[in-house]
Amino acid sequence: MAFTWKGIYVPQGAERHVAADTPAAKDSIRKARLYGATSAKGRLLVWLRRISQAGFLFLFLYLLVSTEYVPTFGDGAAESTVDTVALDMPVNIFLSIDPLVGLSTAIAAHNLFKGLVWCLVLAIPTLLIGRFFCGWICPFGTLHHWTAALWPSIQGGKRIKRNRLQPWMRIKFYILVGFLVASLFTTVQIGLLDPICLMVRSVGLAIIPALNYAASNALELMALSNVSFLQSAADTGNSIRAATLSQDVALYNGAVTLGAIFIGLIFTNRYITRLWCRLLCPLGALLGVFSRFSIFGMKKDHEKCTGCNLCLLHCQGAAEPQGGVQWHAAECHLCFNCEGACPEDVIHFKFFPRRSDVEVGTDMQRRTLLTAAGAGAVMLPLSRVSTGFWENNNPKLIRPPGSVNEDDFLERCIKCGECMKVCPTNFLHPAAFEAGLEGLWTPVAIARVGYCEHSCTLCGSVCPTGAIQPISEAQKVGKDGFEAIRLGTAFYNRGRCLPWAMDTPCIVCEEWCPTSPKAIWVEEVEVRKERKEGAEIIKLQRPHVDPERCIGCGACEYSCPVKDDPAVYITNINESRNPDNRLLLKIIPQY
Amino acid sequence: MSKAGEVQSPYKGADINRRDFLKVGAGGVLAAGALTAGAAALYDRENRPRDAEARGLVRDYSVPDDPAYPQVVKIQGSDPEQTLTRAVELMGGIRRFIEPGDRVAIKPNIGWDRVPKHAANTNPLLVAAMVDLCLKAGASEVIVTDASCNDANRAYKNSGIGEAAYNAGARVLLPRKDRFTEMPLEGRLLKKWPIYTPLVFADKVINMAICKHHNLTNGLTACMKNWYGILGGQRNLLHQDIHTSIFDLANFMRPTLVVMDALRVLVRNGPQGGSFADTEVRNLLVVGTDQVAIDAIGADILHLDPRTVGFLKLADGVLGHVDLSRVRLKDVT
Repeated sequence: MAFTWKGIYVPQGAERHVAADTPAAKDSIRKARLYGATSAKGRLLVWLRRISQAGFLFLFLYLLVSTEYVPTFGDGAAESTVDTVALDMPVNIFLSIDPLVGLSTAIAAHNLFKGLVWCLVLAIPTLLIGRFFCGWICPFGTLHHWTAALWPSIQGGKRIKRNRLQPWMRIKFYILVGFLVASLFTTVQIGLLDPICLMVRSVGLAIIPALNYAASNALELMALSNVSFLQSAADTGNSIRAATLSQDVALYNGAVTLGAIFIGLIFTNRYITRLWCRLLCPLGALLGVFSRFSIFGMKKDHEKCTGCNLCLLHCQGAAEPQGGVQWHAAECHLCFNCEGACPEDVIHFKFFPRRSDVEVGTDMQRRTLLTAAGAGAVMLPLSRVSTGFWENNNPKLIRPPGSVNEDDFLERCIKCGECMKVCPTNFLHPAAFEAGLEGLWTPVAIARVGYCEHSCTLCGSVCPTGAIQPISEAQKVGKDGFEAIRLGTAFYNRGRCLPWAMDTPCIVCEEWCPTSPKAIWVEEVEVRKERKEGAEIIKLQRPHVDPERCIGCGACEYSCPVKDDPAVYITNINESRNPDNRLLLKIIPQY
Repeated sequence: MSKAGEVQSPYKGADINRRDFLKVGAGGVLAAGALTAGAAALYDRENRPRDAEARGLVRDYSVPDDPAYPQVVKIQGSDPEQTLTRAVELMGGIRRFIEPGDRVAIKPNIGWDRVPKHAANTNPLLVAAMVDLCLKAGASEVIVTDASCNDANRAYKNSGIGEAAYNAGARVLLPRKDRFTEMPLEGRLLKKWPIYTPLVFADKVINMAICKHHNLTNGLTACMKNWYGILGGQRNLLHQDIHTSIFDLANFMRPTLVVMDALRVLVRNGPQGGSFADTEVRNLLVVGTDQVAIDAIGADILHLDPRTVGFLKLADGVLGHVDLSRVRLKDVT
């Protein structure tokens, strides 16, 4: 039950809390300024929460920068005959414990890919005690929290008003419903807004590379100076930079968009505290729905409340902590700021609170709910009747090695960017529209920037959902009875190729071709070459592709010296994962 | 909004007083001084190279020739460490080449993400043995590094060289981009190129190549071609005149000692191979100071006529001798 006061949504009986101008409220504020918050338990909880947030944010960033293979020496045998490269920690654990990732891929693909069973570690405690993840663990939430607390644009009464629960904050629940219905129709889109996916993608593919770029350039300026102490400082700085960010600056397709979205979202906290969490976050919405069954919650001594609104001033989730109204379990991040801020000891978090103090619903409107579900439902048919999925596919939609077929891929890929972050050669990038609107930010290979390293299987080892299968080196390169995995096929543009078009020796592509025997073979020719000094007969080697041997790794395209528009390039034809994309009668697809 | 008739002056408050005058004056003098000092510090009439070390064009790390010792030793053996130690002894001992306190850079071939048995990179045990010899001779620091073609992290690990060199006591450096700087080479073809600094800013440089097949260079890549690993930048352009490029690099880099690994030889599908079937065990090692003669032996190992190899033709008589009768060769095979 609610009414509107000066355009603000106000639950019944709460009008007296909008302004802190009663004498009792003024006295409360004075007391709080003098002595701080009165509740020692509240203050302890707040500090424990801050330590937890800092710890989990650090862990998140540590795992993210560790999503890169850097060799360590002194721990193995030199005379190894197999690939020994692997990451030394499970870098994707934040994604694995994310119940939204688990739920939505399970709905779409009808199976829970191994590591995702860990999402129960988060889901079950949330059922019992509510959205503690948002207030204590979520790294994106922590950034929002700190920005709102340390760099607010508005304070006092204005902020108190904005910290009330507003009807538009239900939008996150509709987003959740839309995404889950889309998953039911087998297209997983939660990755667009899931906070962990968004954070891995934005920080891993835009923020870290940008910091690295800035640091590298600053250090290069120092190294180029003729001042010896600056030069040695640059050496030390580069070692620190390489250890904390990344060895070299990685480039990503559309990184500026990812970075701008991220920074923009963080910036909104200046005006409305944790706007993202209140308005958009589908994971927060899911955990909010889970918290309906929580046995933990808020008890309020309404009669003690003076209406000073200090609890509201510090509220993160817009969960209505003030006296005289019901506390909203689905909105509360359990940050305990209100309990710590209350000078009158009104607010107590405890197990089995009074039912009358607690509102567990999400206040979704049935019509809007159905509209959201409908929006989720039309996503898949609309995407699949667009050309580009079944016919007239983008030839540059080259997926990572071990990827499942495209329709299965879109049932699993959460656009998190782990594969792109770990790729040692910068081959994998977030797609723009190569895979259509529904494939936005899914991994796509760009062989002008990198190539697929022959023995490397790192992308499959970090994929949390099995969109890229965890494969062995033997499976990838085709040893021990396996057939090699093909990403596509290489083609020559003989009009731009140096030996073909300009009678100039080159064949760097042949040197780089990693298969044995090589898929690129050369034809020895003698040609009469016209030069300004006169004609001469020269010997040349002209390259050809053997499509039966070509695995589409892109090493030829990457190494081609025709830098702008390469003379040899890969497209996805004959990729192993798609039986409908065959080129050769002879090769039988694996999947 | 100002009242009617009142003129808003930026100098409201009227006349400047002595204190303000001094403040402004002092600020102005300081600013002018800072500008002048900055300009003087950056003033550069000749636009000279910033790095004084970048000015020497030929990087000569060699030691004087001694007629008492051979210039090239060709030796048979299956154990990398013993064979290398024996060969270096025949060359006059490691102390002939490494003085106590030297900073030594060893340049193996760590070009490709391949395991040792693929014979695409230098044998890791050979590199470790060389590190050990240098440290025993009193080298203050031994650096093992190469600017790989494939992802260096993987190449260093899977080649086994990172592991072996580290265990032997070397400093293993990964080719980060900040470790390259543009230098003049003033060769026939290569005038200026980004150079991998750890391999040139050293007292002694040892070239440890592997002898293998390469389709473009008339079938051979070994010691002289190994210098590709000191380059950064757009290396893929060099193939357009690979022989002159190799000659320029070998002319630029005059190593202290050259080791050619032919213990296991990649005989086809070079330079990266990828199948054990592409390799043959030869159990040969060549050590010496003449890059050209050693590459000529390499050609012979691959059953090629060294006189048909372009870069050897260019280097013959300039950087060394293709005709082995003109070098002091000790053949202990």
